Parts: sequence; structure tokens; C-alpha cells
Amino acid sequence: MGKTLAEKVWESHIVHQAEGEPDLLFIDLHLVHEVTSPQAFDGLRAAGRKVRRPDLTVLTEDHNVPTIDIDKPIADLVSRAQVDALRDNAKEFGLKIFSLGDIDQGIVHVVGPQLGLSQPGMTIVCGDSHTSTHGAFGALAFGIGTSEVEHVLATQTLPLKPFKTMAITVNGKLPEGSTAKDIILAVIAKISTGGGQGYVLEYRGEAIRALSMEGRMTICNMSIEAGARAGMIAPDETTFAYLKDRQHAPQGKDWDEAVAYWKTLKTDEDTKFDAEVIIDANTLSPFVTWGTNPGQGVSINDNVPDPTSFSNENERTAAQKALEYMDLKAGMKMRDIKVDTVFLGSCTNGRIEDLRAAAAILKGKKVASTVRMMVVPGSAKVAIQAEQEGLPAIFKAAGADWRSAGCSMCLGMNPDKLTPGERSASTSNRNFEGRQGPGGRTHLVSPLVAAATAITGHLSTPDEV
Amino acid sequence: MEKFISHTGSVLPLRRSNVDTDQIIPAEYLKRITRHGFEDALFQAWRKDPDFILNKPEYKDATILVTGPEFGTGSSREHAVWSLMDYGFKVVLSSRFADIFRGNSGKAGLVTAEVAQDVIEKLWALSEKDPNLQVTVDLDKREVQAGDLVAPFQIDDYVRWRLMEGLDDIGLTLRHESKITEFEKTRAAYKPVTL
Ligand code: SF4
Repeated sequence: MGKTLAEKVWESHIVHQAEGEPDLLFIDLHLVHEVTSPQAFDGLRAAGRKVRRPDLTVLTEDHNVPTIDIDKPIADLVSRAQVDALRDNAKEFGLKIFSLGDIDQGIVHVVGPQLGLSQPGMTIVCGDSHTSTHGAFGALAFGIGTSEVEHVLATQTLPLKPFKTMAITVNGKLPEGSTAKDIILAVIAKISTGGGQGYVLEYRGEAIRALSMEGRMTICNMSIEAGARAGMIAPDETTFAYLKDRQHAPQGKDWDEAVAYWKTLKTDEDTKFDAEVIIDANTLSPFVTWGTNPGQGVSINDNVPDPTSFSNENERTAAQKALEYMDLKAGMKMRDIKVDTVFLGSCTNGRIEDLRAAAAILKGKKVASTVRMMVVPGSAKVAIQAEQEGLPAIFKAAGADWRSAGCSMCLGMNPDKLTPGERSASTSNRNFEGRQGPGGRTHLVSPLVAAATAITGHLSTPDEV
Repeated sequence: MEKFISHTGSVLPLRRSNVDTDQIIPAEYLKRITRHGFEDALFQAWRKDPDFILNKPEYKDATILVTGPEFGTGSSREHAVWSLMDYGFKVVLSSRFADIFRGNSGKAGLVTAEVAQDVIEKLWALSEKDPNLQVTVDLDKREVQAGDLVAPFQIDDYVRWRLMEGLDDIGLTLRHESKITEFEKTRAAYKPVTL
């Protein structure tokens, strides 16, 4: 029997294997941000250890940073202390860091790919659950805890028990107006937020092949929202074209050698997955969430579901609680939900392609007077590219707020927050209670829906504007 | 990590069950940037009560926490273990631990020894009568001793071995350091570096 992509990558990184012990895997790239790393560095210091491979480690500031006035000191003292700690640790341990104001600063999962650091067949970790993003390149990439961050810093390896594998095959062609975000929201709605637990997901099929790297990253990014630690997509010509000539991509002879290897990174024909899910892209309309977890989503053409329609008792109570928190009535049209804020950004949808798609809709139009729209590029480089393409001017003319790179309103850890009761349409990945600020209400949407919604003031699709 | 073979010290009798990690350390402390200095956060809410046992001077030097069943349930925060260790605890005795807490403890070097509930009750009674009662937790013999009382405890074989060898996960992995070095030599030249 053949092997899956995940198994191939796993096996090529085994440093040590013994009966009754976890496998010890070598880690090719360790991404670090300010929130989950300070205790890990502290642990190293206490034990008198060094970072084993500074050359396979890179740090960036993202979660705590403000997205305006970035040339001034961070106002929140606790946040500033976390960022300062990262800078001090970079200096002490001799590590590369992208600080606020640096051209390469940005959200950790935007920075790795744009530098060409995330490549097929690698093992990539970060103390952040959305590390699954990098699986879009055919890498095995997953989030780790603080103890594990320390372990990787000290040894460049991790002891791990093997995962099971799940194939998610998306057949057909996405209709106009539907995007990668809608695919992944539909997948999560189908398999639920726990459905991927213990699995590495491999996305395959015609609709996946047709996606750009940006779209593939959006999908892999949210694998964790289905409970899976990692999601992967086999590399192909789209992957190679994206990587070619990036700063850290192989050059010359190395490039040819790398591509030859990358081409072997696919699941063998005769391989059986531990589980399999099939989705039809042909009929997929834009997806939006109505509840307080990413699995509580429906087509934007549907109504808010009636909790009593769920046969499973847990789901029923969860739906009831969610509707209360979201202040929604069962049976109302999703399209009738009015929002106060539109957030375009995050490691799910803060890439150049996302900004372009939204700008194309907003061009020459106005954001509704009842809505504030925030546009936050995923990295400083995305911001620069957007400027070269004239996108900020379009957003500003429409009345949207154009800001600097960071996690921003994806999570309530920096000044960009929802106020209690405020409702957002957000291109981020989590609609948990209070995620975007205490009491805030989040509807997860694609960049297209976000832009259209900003114009109309209620959940909308581009054909309405 | 220090080797742990046996430890003798006095007991803090905590007559409670279902002590979850939110009670061990509240969320507001998770924004801190150090791994140490969490002693003041331990049992924060309860410590506001002057009669809480941790506030009693006669128990201030206790190094062995003796507590009721289902200790360490709830959130997986690693900070719960750190706060107990920072405070000075070397061992927690309970008749049942939550899995994640037990796992985190093993990683950090806090001994979680499972004894029968009647032994817990006896240790509570003894240490309430005599706060200076010296208790020995012997990992080698897997035994708790306090005066005439001798009782066995349970601990995972692999964790026990690691604690006795003084090996944290990192220490353990570093035993394979030559293998890591060998592996590094095979890493393809076309793979990226950050520096
Ligand atoms: S953008 Fe959001 S999900 Fe992504 S790394 Fe930042 S906080 Fe996490």
C-alpha cells in the first residue's frame, strides 16, 4: 500500500524511533511570536541552554501590536512588556526578529510564506494553533504549547505520536462569488468543530487544485477550527510558481533539485486514508456563521436555524446559547442581519489577493453610514504591495479605515476591539464569544461578503451592490 | 531538571476536591512573561480569605500538598503547575488527578503521586494535629511514609523513571543529541535558513 503526503513528510523527519516511545521528529522551521514564547525563553535561561538552531528560527511581533501610530511606544504596558521581552530574547539568543516598523513584520502566518520560508515537505511549528496555514505548501505544520516551544528551541526536534489521516476531496468548480473561505466554512459545518480531532487533513480534488496559494492558505489555516492540528495540500505548479524567486526560495541548481523532490510529495494512488469526506464545490454558495463556533455556519441564502431542528441534544443547547449570545432569532434571513463593523484582515484573509478582491467591489462605492470598516493588511509587505496597486486609496475613498499590519481585530489582545454588543462581519477565523472583544458578536465571512456587507450594512453578496 | 528520588517535608492539608486549574491560577495571570514568580497567583481567590489554610503561618513551609480527588481539572494552562512549584511544592498527593495536569506536572518536575483516599484522610488528620509532621515521598520505593503510616502510591512508569533520572523532555531528547546532529547533516541544502 502507498503512503499519504502526511506520512511521507513525517517519515522523512524521524530522528529517533523506538517501541513504546513517541517518534522524535526534526523541525525545519520554528516561527515564534511574543505571546507564547516568553516562558519558553525563560526556561532556556534557567537551564543554561542555548537555541540549537537560530538559523531555523524566526520571530515576529503580531498579536499585541497596535495598527495605528506604530512609530510610537505601545500604549498598553502589558502588551509592551510582551513585545519588549521578544526583542530582548532575540538579542540574547541571536535570533532574527521582525519588529514593528520592519518591512518584514506582520502576522507570523503571513510572513513565513511571503518570505519563501514555508516550503513543501518541511516540518513547521509555532506556538500558535493557526500554524496549520503553512500546510498549503505541502508542509506538515502545526501549533504547539509553550513547553514544546522551549523543546524546539533547545533541540530543534519534538517527540510526537503519529496522527491519523483524513482526505477532504472538494470536487467540481466554485461558482462565481464563492471562495476558499466558503469551502472551509462548509467543510467545518459538515464535519463539525471536533470532526478533525487526531487527524491531519489533506485537501484534494479539482476545486482545491484550481485555488491560488492564498486560497489554499485560507483553507489550511482553518483546519484547526475543525479540530485538526494540521491540514495539507500537495504541492503543484501553482505552489512552485508562488515560491519561485522569493527571498528564501532555493536558487539555481538547488531550485531544480528542490522541485524534483517536491514533485514526489503527493499521496500515492493506492493509499487508503483513515477517513474520507467529499464536498461538491459546484453548488457552494458563500458561507457565513450565525453562532459562536466556526462550525455554526450556513449558506448566506439560508435562514438562522431553529435550535429545535438539531437532533443531537448537545448541538441543540449549543445553538440555543449561541443565538442568545448573538441576539438572533431563529428563522430570520441571514441576509437581514445588520452589522456595525466589517473587519478585513487576519492570517485567514489578510493577504494581497483578499485585499484586491475586496477593493474591486468597493471601488467607486461607499461604506454604509452605519458601518465602520477596518482593513488591516496581514504584513507590512502586503501593505506596501497594496499601496503600489492603489488599493488603500480605494478603501479610503469608500470610507474604510486603512491600517498597519498585525492580528488586529482577529482577537481582543490589542486596541482593535469590538465593544459589548457590537456586531461584526469578519474575515478572521474564530467567532467565539468575546474573541474580538468582550461581548462582541462575530459573523465569519469571506472577503467578498465582507466588502459587499460594508456597502449595504447587512450580510450581503457582491451581486447585490 | 533535578533528580527526584525521595523528598521529606511537611504537609499542607487542603480539604477540597475538584480543584480546577482556574482555582489554582486565574486567567488574569496568563499575560505575564516569565515562567517563574507565580507563587503569589497560587489559589488567588481563596487566599483572600485570611482563614484559608495557605495563609496560616504554621503551614508556610509545607512542600507536600495533600488534596482531595479530581485535582487539576479544567483548562490546560501550564501555569497551574508553575505556580505550585514556585510556591515551593515538590509533591502533590491526591486520590485522582486530571490527565492534562498530570502530564504538565511530569514535564515540569512536580511529582503527582496517587494514593488511596483513606490515606489522604489519614494524612489530613495527622497534619492538622501536627503541622510539623514530616512526610516522606519515596519515588524509588513508590511509598509515602509518615510516622507509622506507610502507604504505596501510583505513578506512571515512564514519568517515574524520567523524574528519578532528572530528565525533562528536553533532557531526554538530548540523550539522542548525536542522532540529531547526524540528521542535521542530511538536511537538504535547498531547504531554507533564516539567518
Ligand atoms: S491573525 Fe488571528 S488567528 Fe491569526 S495569528 Fe493573529 S490572532 Fe492568531
